[in-house]
Amino acid sequence: MTDETVISAKDLSLTFQTNDGPVHALKDVTLDVRKGDFVSFIGPSGCGKTTFLRCMADLEHPTGGTITVNGVSPEEARKSRAYGYVFQAAGLYPWRTIGGNIRMPLEIMGYAKAEQDQRVARVLELVDLAGFEKKFPWQLSGGMQQRASIARALSFDADILLMDEPFGALDEIVRDHLNEQLLSLWDRTDKTICFVTHSIPEAVYLSTKIVVMSPRPGRITDVIESPLPRERPLDIRDTPEFIEIAHRVRDGLRAGYGDAI
Amino acid sequence: MRNVVPILTVVCTLLVIWYAAAVWLNAPWAYNKAERAGIELNFADLVSDTWSQDKPKLPAPHQVGAEIWKTTGEMVLNGRGFSKRSLIYHSWVTFSATALGFLLGTGLGIALAIGIVYNRTMDMSVMPWVIASQTIPILAIAPMIIVVLNAVGISGLLPKAMISMYLSFFPVVVGMVKGLRSPAPMQLDQMRTWSATPAQTFWRLRLPSSMPYLFASLKIGMAASLVGAIVGELPTGAVAGLGARLLAGSYYGQTIQIWSALIMAATLAAILVGLIGVLQRITLKRMGMA
Repeated sequence: MTDETVISAKDLSLTFQTNDGPVHALKDVTLDVRKGDFVSFIGPSGCGKTTFLRCMADLEHPTGGTITVNGVSPEEARKSRAYGYVFQAAGLYPWRTIGGNIRMPLEIMGYAKAEQDQRVARVLELVDLAGFEKKFPWQLSGGMQQRASIARALSFDADILLMDEPFGALDEIVRDHLNEQLLSLWDRTDKTICFVTHSIPEAVYLSTKIVVMSPRPGRITDVIESPLPRERPLDIRDTPEFIEIAHRVRDGLRAGYGDAI
Repeated sequence: MRNVVPILTVVCTLLVIWYAAAVWLNAPWAYNKAERAGIELNFADLVSDTWSQDKPKLPAPHQVGAEIWKTTGEMVLNGRGFSKRSLIYHSWVTFSATALGFLLGTGLGIALAIGIVYNRTMDMSVMPWVIASQTIPILAIAPMIIVVLNAVGISGLLPKAMISMYLSFFPVVVGMVKGLRSPAPMQLDQMRTWSATPAQTFWRLRLPSSMPYLFASLKIGMAASLVGAIVGELPTGAVAGLGARLLAGSYYGQTIQIWSALIMAATLAAILVGLIGVLQRITLKRMGMA
């Protein structure tokens, strides 16, 4: 692991003007994400975790402060296809097969046909969906659809993966399974992952760094560097270290609520 | 096949009502004739007279059926299926105007919808005019379109098709604006994360998403096109087409001819809308959306 900084936010603020007055979605957020980090953003709704992620992806424009991705502005990073974004819903196109869905960004980015085929096959393998290329989304379970959507985000080899509650709508068993797969994928590909969640166990299990956020105004209340090893079997969740980190996250969340009320 | 019984039930009910109405509406003329001839009508005579008059107020279904057969099937058997007296010929004339108008209207409708979705000025300004265009009675504007186009040397099929287009572009605009805007914000964001160009977003996301809306609009547009073509034939002294048959029938009190032209028009509309339905089913099935 290197210490190279991939995403750097300094005093980042974003204020939405609404009819009920300004809403401070983000206020003075400062954070560095190093290459190869797995960073989870956790907090109650309205804490700005998704907004922060969308700022990195150039889907929202901050009203104050600075943010760089790969050392350049988010807009340039987006145009150079520096990141893959996985949304809350799988968002597969019903009129395209799984293969066709994964091909979509590749077509848009102008890859040659042969290269497209090869990449589709490779990422399907990566998310354990080999053999499903010709199926339509409705023929797959929710968990498989979400995996296909991750494959799509991986297909063009961006070094950064931004994930906005990708497993939020799935049941616990499928979620455990996908978490495990995501960790092994991260381990094999050495990507930098930013992961928004509202599940404490999920955040602790996955991350090398946990960012606890609180609402009104959206801000960071705690940043926890996880002492857990890179290699993480599912039963690591019963170890004292795991429980201790989970405690610290819970305390951070509670503190955030405390002074907001 | 489950549908056969309910459909037959409805058809039979309609026929019964139709026959009964024919008796009721044609009875005064039957009594009038009987009075002048000095005879007393019993019920059986009354019924048989009301169902077989030459110029009835309401022709009985079998009279209309016989007239349709006489002007279609029988003429085909005689090898004159396309003569000027044949309803097939008149249907063809109306159909060509309908089809051309429908294509023009669909093209215009989609073009306007794309403009409205992609151009803010058009978004703010075009829709009121589109709606205003539909509040003008087509009967008022049809003769003027024909006269104006005739003055610039355009006659024949195109003026009628223009009237069809005038009626059929409206549902297409409304449906396509809705359809092109139907992708969820998330899907549009996703295109943005891939730095897709507006053209790529259009072809790969907006257009496929709009297909169900387009087909719903096309069905309405097709029916409106047919109305437009018939209306276009009415005020212009056209000599051919279902509209011309309707007009000629009403000049000479040929109610049987009017009704057979009406039924032909309805059949034509059913076939055309049915074709779009088939096209819709095939397309949406291939797109995995049905």
